[in-house]
Amino acid sequence: MSHDNMPENKLPEAHDASHGHDVAPHGDPFADPGLPVHQPRRTDIDERAAKRAERQVSLMFIVSMLATAGFIASYVIFPIDKIVYIFPLGHVSALNFALGLTLGVALFCIGAGAVHWARTLMSDHEVPAERHPIEADDEVRADVIEQFKTGAAESGFGRRKMIRNTMIGSMALVPLSGVVLLRDLGPLPETKLDHTGWQEATPAQPIQLINMNTDLPMKAEDIQVGSLTFAKPEGLTEDDEQFQEKIAKDALMLVRIAPEDLKDSDSSDLGFQGILAYSKICTHVGCPISLYEQQTHHALCPCHQSTFDLADGARVIFGPAGHPLPQLKITTDDKGFLIATGDFSKPVGPSFWERSA
Amino acid sequence: MSSASSATTGATKPSSTRAKPANKGEAAADYLDGRLGIYSLAKANLRKIFPDHWSFMLGEICLYTFVIIILTGVYLTLFFTPSMGEVVYHGTYAPLNGIKMSEAYASTMNISFEVRGGLLIRQIHHWAAIVFIAAMFVHMMRVFFTGAFRKPREINWLFGFLLLFLGMFDGFMGYSLPDDLLSGTGIRFMEGAVLAVPLVGTYLQMFMFGGEFPGNDIIPRLFTVHVLLIPGIMVGLLVAHLILVFYHKHTQFAGPGKTEENVVGMPLMPVYMAKAGGFFFLVFGIIAAMSAIATVNPIWAYGPYRPDQVSTDAQPDWYMGFSEGLIRVMPGWEIHLWGHTLNLGVFIPLMVFPMVLAVIAVYPFLESWITGDKREHHILDRPRNAPVRTALGVAWISWYLVMLIGGGNDLVATHLHLSLNDITYFVRTSFFLVPIIVFFVTKRWCLGLQRRDKEKVLHGRETGVIKRLPHGEFVEIHAQLPADKLHKLTAHEQLQPMELPAEVDENGVKRKIGRLTKLRAKISKGYFGEYSQIAKPTAEEHHEITSGHGHH
Ligand code: HEM
Ligand code: FES
Repeated sequence: MSHDNMPENKLPEAHDASHGHDVAPHGDPFADPGLPVHQPRRTDIDERAAKRAERQVSLMFIVSMLATAGFIASYVIFPIDKIVYIFPLGHVSALNFALGLTLGVALFCIGAGAVHWARTLMSDHEVPAERHPIEADDEVRADVIEQFKTGAAESGFGRRKMIRNTMIGSMALVPLSGVVLLRDLGPLPETKLDHTGWQEATPAQPIQLINMNTDLPMKAEDIQVGSLTFAKPEGLTEDDEQFQEKIAKDALMLVRIAPEDLKDSDSSDLGFQGILAYSKICTHVGCPISLYEQQTHHALCPCHQSTFDLADGARVIFGPAGHPLPQLKITTDDKGFLIATGDFSKPVGPSFWERSA
Repeated sequence: MSSASSATTGATKPSSTRAKPANKGEAAADYLDGRLGIYSLAKANLRKIFPDHWSFMLGEICLYTFVIIILTGVYLTLFFTPSMGEVVYHGTYAPLNGIKMSEAYASTMNISFEVRGGLLIRQIHHWAAIVFIAAMFVHMMRVFFTGAFRKPREINWLFGFLLLFLGMFDGFMGYSLPDDLLSGTGIRFMEGAVLAVPLVGTYLQMFMFGGEFPGNDIIPRLFTVHVLLIPGIMVGLLVAHLILVFYHKHTQFAGPGKTEENVVGMPLMPVYMAKAGGFFFLVFGIIAAMSAIATVNPIWAYGPYRPDQVSTDAQPDWYMGFSEGLIRVMPGWEIHLWGHTLNLGVFIPLMVFPMVLAVIAVYPFLESWITGDKREHHILDRPRNAPVRTALGVAWISWYLVMLIGGGNDLVATHLHLSLNDITYFVRTSFFLVPIIVFFVTKRWCLGLQRRDKEKVLHGRETGVIKRLPHGEFVEIHAQLPADKLHKLTAHEQLQPMELPAEVDENGVKRKIGRLTKLRAKISKGYFGEYSQIAKPTAEEHHEITSGHGHH
């Protein structure tokens, strides 16, 4: 292997160097010296070393067999609910631990055996194989193009324009059937995203706010300053067939803010004696908001940390949300229970193209 | 027609020209060859030569984890119920007893607590997915930094890229299936992202979910896509990817005896069959042991999904961390016009995410446009010898890491006691600044390494032996590098920047040079100009120093 099979451009100096440079009796110092001579391994020359390697490989395969036996035994022996303490993992399922480790060992030892075998006992002679250019030579190229032209001419594709055009037309149209079939994947959006379950409420027939934890209606005095209470509309229970869809829009969080702390008069008008009912669904991408800091009146969404100032109409003060949390107008009925008399004034949840304002 | 009887004359059996098989094995192979032509196929491949280098095993890890994912995934489908129908839980996990949940969640609980070994298979499936995508990233980086994507492998690079893209999405869909509180949050995120698409967002959302969020359709639909559609496409791409690796023959690093026209290594059978086959078991064994020791996605701890509940430290799998970072640090820009809302705060990250990935996907085509190099390349570059490419790659990684930090901003804040706001502003600035800084630092570093190589070639390596010269000076003895090292360190070619044709041609006629050509010349200068590579040592320089009158 000398440099005649190196591309010339790789050895720009090779030629100048060999052109009678008196300091270079041996030519190019950087020339490819060719494949190194093979160095035999211990196992190639010492039969005892080879035998030892053979035993090591077999040992690994035997360990693998034992581990598989251990896997089956663990499967039979350990009850599925047995919890054991293993340092430093803590309390873990005995079955899962035993199965995983035995399977791991069984597989690993097969691999280790095979690799050890390959490295110690199989030939490690490095040999070159030729590469050939991926490109076909000109003759093949010309031949293929000729064949294609013949085929195309025989089809008359280029000549019979009417056939060509109608064929393209029909092929372009036929996938439409597939697209049409997708129509029933879901309903049209219409105004579904604009309303929530609270729209059933009217001044004549208000809906009570039900405490999420106690399932009971609430009076104004139940809501303490500084607390955060979650609520849902009266009549919505977990047995409702559409509970998930409804709670995804109707969920409320109630806070009570001391009158002197309220910064937004529109917002306090929608509330009742400082009790404000905001949508619990973040206006960013819809996570439920769950953290409230009573001193600052900040509500924080745990998903991407949008922060809303509930004393200031739920204005976004930090994070990726683009607009305030919608607020529900509340008041009390003649028995003093908190009620809503209509829907949110704006759609709840993440924003969308058709959402106005 | 009557002449056809020649075959039966002599009443002997019609004979095959083939020699009698020596044993049953050969006979079976002959049988198959007569029908499938296996001998011709095996002739080209059985003793195919593969070069050896640790970084060539990264692609193998991708392959093996993919196989593990398919095997364990099929097992999981035997027990998983992809349904959002409601059931009340009465399984062995006491804390959730009597709680309403979807069948998807209940069946995942069943796999974890009642099917013996079910939990292990779930864990292996999830761990393998995490390793799979990490391996694809690292494999892609090795292909990138060594220039293995150059002609003729650009298309295989694209196949690989598609596998990475699809792999990430399939992973996301996979961990959305159990319908636990964490995965439901991920689906909600998807819904919000889809809604942010201008014009058609609400339609897409309704069609995906079969109505309003969450509906009853999304999990069965994701299931089909996750277990059938995407893996099907991936298997096809993967087979094409590997066929091309065989067809192109693997690249190799420069070294003694290695040229652009050969590939030096050991044959597939037996060495690589044993090594690669063994490596599959090693990877599988390690992932099984990992699954015994470390729990990933303990869905029982999160509880079933409810749109009005959330687990506080909601974090997606690592490979989604980049998009998570984008969505977290993006300012909440919303444009309200003519009764419509354009939600840029979500839509921009949604677009930036695939674009950042696309940058790396199209890189091979950009580079070949800049170099104008139409030759095949089978000798790999050492990353230092392609400083601009290497710097771009590292800058790209740093971009990714910055966003990963953004995706974990709450964790960073609580662990390092920093303010969330500060981290967010820091990440926003870093998004633009860090890649630029990293680019220049990496480039300089590469140049430094090139200088060191040159030094080694010309002056040999330091031996650590100190010699005292007659006049008292101490010098370290440098030993000449052996011929193979000398060759290795000088085998790379150094492209020169593209020359713009003269503004005026030889007849004095003004030539028009397109803007694109000018741009290309500029970039080419940035790549191969004097500030971007250290001219490698020439034979003359070497002779001069080694022939005596040059001293150390
Ligand atoms: C399912 C995922 C993948 C699998 C199973 C896979 C498998 C492999 C294997 C086994 C090899 C040969 C060994 C090696 O060079 O590491 C290889 C080579 C290659 N892969 Fe991948 N790969 C995957 C993803 C990717 C990705 C994401 C890229 C880049 C975007 C990529 C680009 C390439 C290229 C260009 C080669 C040829 C390298 C050369 O000959 O030096 N692959 N792949
Ligand atoms: S969903 Fe609330 S910040 Fe993203």
